Amino acid sequence: MTTFRVPGRGRVLHNRPVSFTFDGMTYQGLEGDTVASALIANGVQLMGRSFKYHRPRGPMAAGSEEPNALIGTRRGKGRFEPNTRATVQEIWNGLETNSQNKYPSLKFDVGAINDRAYMLFSAGFYYKTFMWPRSFWDKYYEPFIRAAAGLGVSPSEPDPDNYASRYLHTDVLIIGAGPAGLASARAAATAGLRVTLVDENSEPGGTLLSEPQAQIDGKPAWDWLSAELDALTDLGVRIMTRTTAIGYYHQNMIALCQKLADHQEKPAEGAPRERMWRVRAKQVILAQGALEKPLVFDGNDRPGVMLAGSAQTYLNRYGVRVGNKAVIVTSHDSAWYAAFDLASAGTQIEAIVDTRPTPNADLIKEAAARGITVLPGHTATGTSGRLRIKSVRVNKVENGKVLTARNISCDSLLICGGWTPTLHLFSHTKGSLKWDDESQTFLPDRITEECQIAGAGRGLWGIASALNDGAVMGAAAATALGKSATAQTVTVTDDRPGTGESHTELPTDLDPGKARAFVDYQNDVTAKDLRLAVREGMRSIEHVKRYTTNGMATDQGKMSNINGLNIAADALGKKQPEVGLTTFRPPYTPTSFGAFAGYHKGEHFEVTRKTPIDSWAEENGAVFEPVSLWRRAWYFPKDGEDMDAAVRRECRETRKSLGMFDASTLGKIEVVGPDAVEFMNRMYTNPWTKLAPGRTRYGLLLGDDGFIRDDGVIGRLSDDRFHITTTTGGAARVLNMMEDYLQTEWPDLKVWLTSTTEQWSTIALNGPNARNLIEPFVEGLDISDAAFPHMSIAECTFAGFPARLFRVSFTGELGFEINVPARHGRALWEKLFDAGQKYDICTYGTETMHVLRAEKGFIIVGQDTDGTVTPYDAGAGWAIGKNKPDFVGMRALNRPDLTAEGRKQLVGLLTEDGTSKLEEGAQIVLDPNQPIPMKMVGHVTSSYHSDAAGRPIALALVEGGHGKTGDTVYIPMPDRTIKATITGTTFYDPEGARLKL
Amino acid sequence: MLLVHCPYCDETLPELEFTYGGEAHIARPENPADKTDDEWRDFLFIRTNVKGPHFERWRHAHGCGRFFNAVRDTVSDRFLTTYKADAPRPDLAVLLADASMKEPSK
Repeated sequence: MTTFRVPGRGRVLHNRPVSFTFDGMTYQGLEGDTVASALIANGVQLMGRSFKYHRPRGPMAAGSEEPNALIGTRRGKGRFEPNTRATVQEIWNGLETNSQNKYPSLKFDVGAINDRAYMLFSAGFYYKTFMWPRSFWDKYYEPFIRAAAGLGVSPSEPDPDNYASRYLHTDVLIIGAGPAGLASARAAATAGLRVTLVDENSEPGGTLLSEPQAQIDGKPAWDWLSAELDALTDLGVRIMTRTTAIGYYHQNMIALCQKLADHQEKPAEGAPRERMWRVRAKQVILAQGALEKPLVFDGNDRPGVMLAGSAQTYLNRYGVRVGNKAVIVTSHDSAWYAAFDLASAGTQIEAIVDTRPTPNADLIKEAAARGITVLPGHTATGTSGRLRIKSVRVNKVENGKVLTARNISCDSLLICGGWTPTLHLFSHTKGSLKWDDESQTFLPDRITEECQIAGAGRGLWGIASALNDGAVMGAAAATALGKSATAQTVTVTDDRPGTGESHTELPTDLDPGKARAFVDYQNDVTAKDLRLAVREGMRSIEHVKRYTTNGMATDQGKMSNINGLNIAADALGKKQPEVGLTTFRPPYTPTSFGAFAGYHKGEHFEVTRKTPIDSWAEENGAVFEPVSLWRRAWYFPKDGEDMDAAVRRECRETRKSLGMFDASTLGKIEVVGPDAVEFMNRMYTNPWTKLAPGRTRYGLLLGDDGFIRDDGVIGRLSDDRFHITTTTGGAARVLNMMEDYLQTEWPDLKVWLTSTTEQWSTIALNGPNARNLIEPFVEGLDISDAAFPHMSIAECTFAGFPARLFRVSFTGELGFEINVPARHGRALWEKLFDAGQKYDICTYGTETMHVLRAEKGFIIVGQDTDGTVTPYDAGAGWAIGKNKPDFVGMRALNRPDLTAEGRKQLVGLLTEDGTSKLEEGAQIVLDPNQPIPMKMVGHVTSSYHSDAAGRPIALALVEGGHGKTGDTVYIPMPDRTIKATITGTTFYDPEGARLKL
Repeated sequence: MLLVHCPYCDETLPELEFTYGGEAHIARPENPADKTDDEWRDFLFIRTNVKGPHFERWRHAHGCGRFFNAVRDTVSDRFLTTYKADAPRPDLAVLLADASMKEPSK
């Protein structure tokens, strides 16, 4: 196979060969190569198929801006990544890569039929081609589009890699370690600042890596670079490579994604693959340089067409000639140097075609000396070659007229349409840009963060300008931080500053409507598409972008934005600044989900809160369910029981004798202070003044909008002390709400609020034998029904532990809740469980708790209420202290909407057949025969099988439900419609006799 | 992530420690029963929703737990100031003049 490697050239290690595969073929490259440079060295330019037209494509660039050469990489099981840029992925022995978006093969792809049918796929084709008939969308059009379009395929296995994240605080963060960044780092570090210098490449140096001919202060560029890096290290500068600044956020926070493993054959076992850094910098210096633009003309996308500066990078950095016979088409001086470098390395330069009538005289002289044909004032109007370019068609342009064409044969076409400052991160900060007519591009204008922009990023070209400007900006950052700093100047010889012109699509003598002149390579957007969008009425650049998808691919238009703008502005008859630029958003380059997730995966995805009794439940076979952040025992299956059987048994045994439940997750708030009772009166709907110490009451908490927020049983321990319980999920919210009112509305009240949720373990005992079980454990308290009636609270010693004992029931049975300091929770649970054996004690979980409470019609806030339910709607009007002057939510209860007829109200539902269990969330209608869409009058909120009722029971919110008792309603389901009767909400022991044992 | 200055702790800390609390300087009426339905509706739901400097409440939830007030520009997401809950509403003109002095620009 032909080799395009230039012996001894570049920064690759010529004595360190590396084998890897691409589409199953083994190739050899060198250590230091990327997949793209190694493939080009092997004569392979065809690396992918385009997104929409499946056109054969090769690399356009040599860096992260690459739109075409996207590959899949495999680094062993589970380690597959699609859409990796071949121009960035470093090779190592054994790396497997493959091309994408082709079938059956890269060289013969049936999807390329789209290219022949390109007239169908013009801008907005989604909106036109697939509109009719409507019913075809789901079955045909969408699957077709999804199958035909697209890039790589998603990985199918879980990602086995680890991802790390860290914070970093630094005085100065410099993004980009090219000449400007290096000089900034030197100036800032010399001033005594902590400096961090990051670069997305595998080594620092930026442009210097591609321009070794430059002499800096008399030293060859690479010698200077290596000495400078040593000097920076000695100054304590933290230099991070393979580290991309992906986003610039408020107050100088920058996210960096550092790649640690993908370039290594054998990464250390368990080491993170990537690390996300959250950096807070006092000063930021953006030294990101500039990106080269392509020229827009028919066939500017064939494999072998490449940006001239990238060809120069492949040669000088990787020691690879991109071809044997090259033509240059340019509107900027920079491409001429690529031609000269390639010519020196042995590539035949067929012609330098410059769109400018009179290019720089020195360059013309140099070309003449090398015997290179120069065609000034020319345009390119087409190319040929299927899987690689074979020739380019060029024409002279005179007085705006495109003259006769000539074809020049070549295997490489190097194009350059000028350079665009890399201002993506600057754009993240909402810094404003200003159009610069001379350089025909946007330059930074108003800066909103503590940030400096150095070098090519603000339109300064050449190594000398970048170095000197970098030093100035480094010193400026130091001065801003109160340090005295001076910017050193350097002298550079063999520098290559230059100028150029910016174009729309190049003029042609052929039908421009048939030109396949690509602006956005990754999304297959042509110049014609942009003009069509304007013709069809798109005026805003944001609309043009979305209609054509120009700049919307994963490269965010790094190469295409300014060309797209030039063409759109031309079509609109406006100047570029009047049209404006679309917004760049983070991340700068595609970033793995793993890097964002960091440590937050698997069991670390979120906190799991466990009660002190959780370990016992686990040891005894409980099945768990998550309830807010808590892990709660759901049910305790015995002997192969399924959930249904376990829950029915737990319900039966509890009602028959005794059940025990871990209620520790209940939110608990201690309200203490001389004004505690006044505070309670104002917060809760209920009256508290007359509640005697030692008594408890069901409390209902509303928002000031009158809707139920929370509920729970509240005990008064003394005149100035209340023990509040809240719902499990509501604890933090309720405390926040109480603190809000206390701090901001009633700061005069002398009350202190303390969360005690995790201070207490709470065990609920329910069933006719509850008192019999606990009586022997209680010291110093008479708990007979007469002395300690339902809804009592007392502090006592319980099994030797200090305790707060509630007599309370969420099941309708005789019930107690024992609170002991959390650390004693499990010990107490075990004592009760042992002693309870003689009563056939049963442990039950949250599901049984739900069934038992539903049988009694007790609501669960958030399940039977949804944030639009008032106490009256819920049938809890009795909980309102009507004689109080005010409480949170009281005024709103009189608002017209809240007293209107037809509000949804909580009712019971019994299915007519007595066996069907309704589905929670099912919609309810009054007339099952009405046409679809039916009028829905409510929905089922709770539904269970009830052994106590001997049938399924349900709760529901139904419009005007309280006035519909006995009415029949219908619940349409996919397979049938269920008939049900509206009832009261209490299905068991309506007199409450069982509480009074 | 924003940095937020807690006027009680007198520390500038990451946004993660704080929670947002809606518009500031909306006092709950002393005697709600005296308010008309429209007045109560306005108290509950009607907010200024400004584009620009916004007076709003924050809570140092994972710190001292105190509610405090802030002026934040909803366009730039920049805090002009934060102040204690019982401090008077600051003069916006003074704040803006002060902010333009401090703002970095070129």
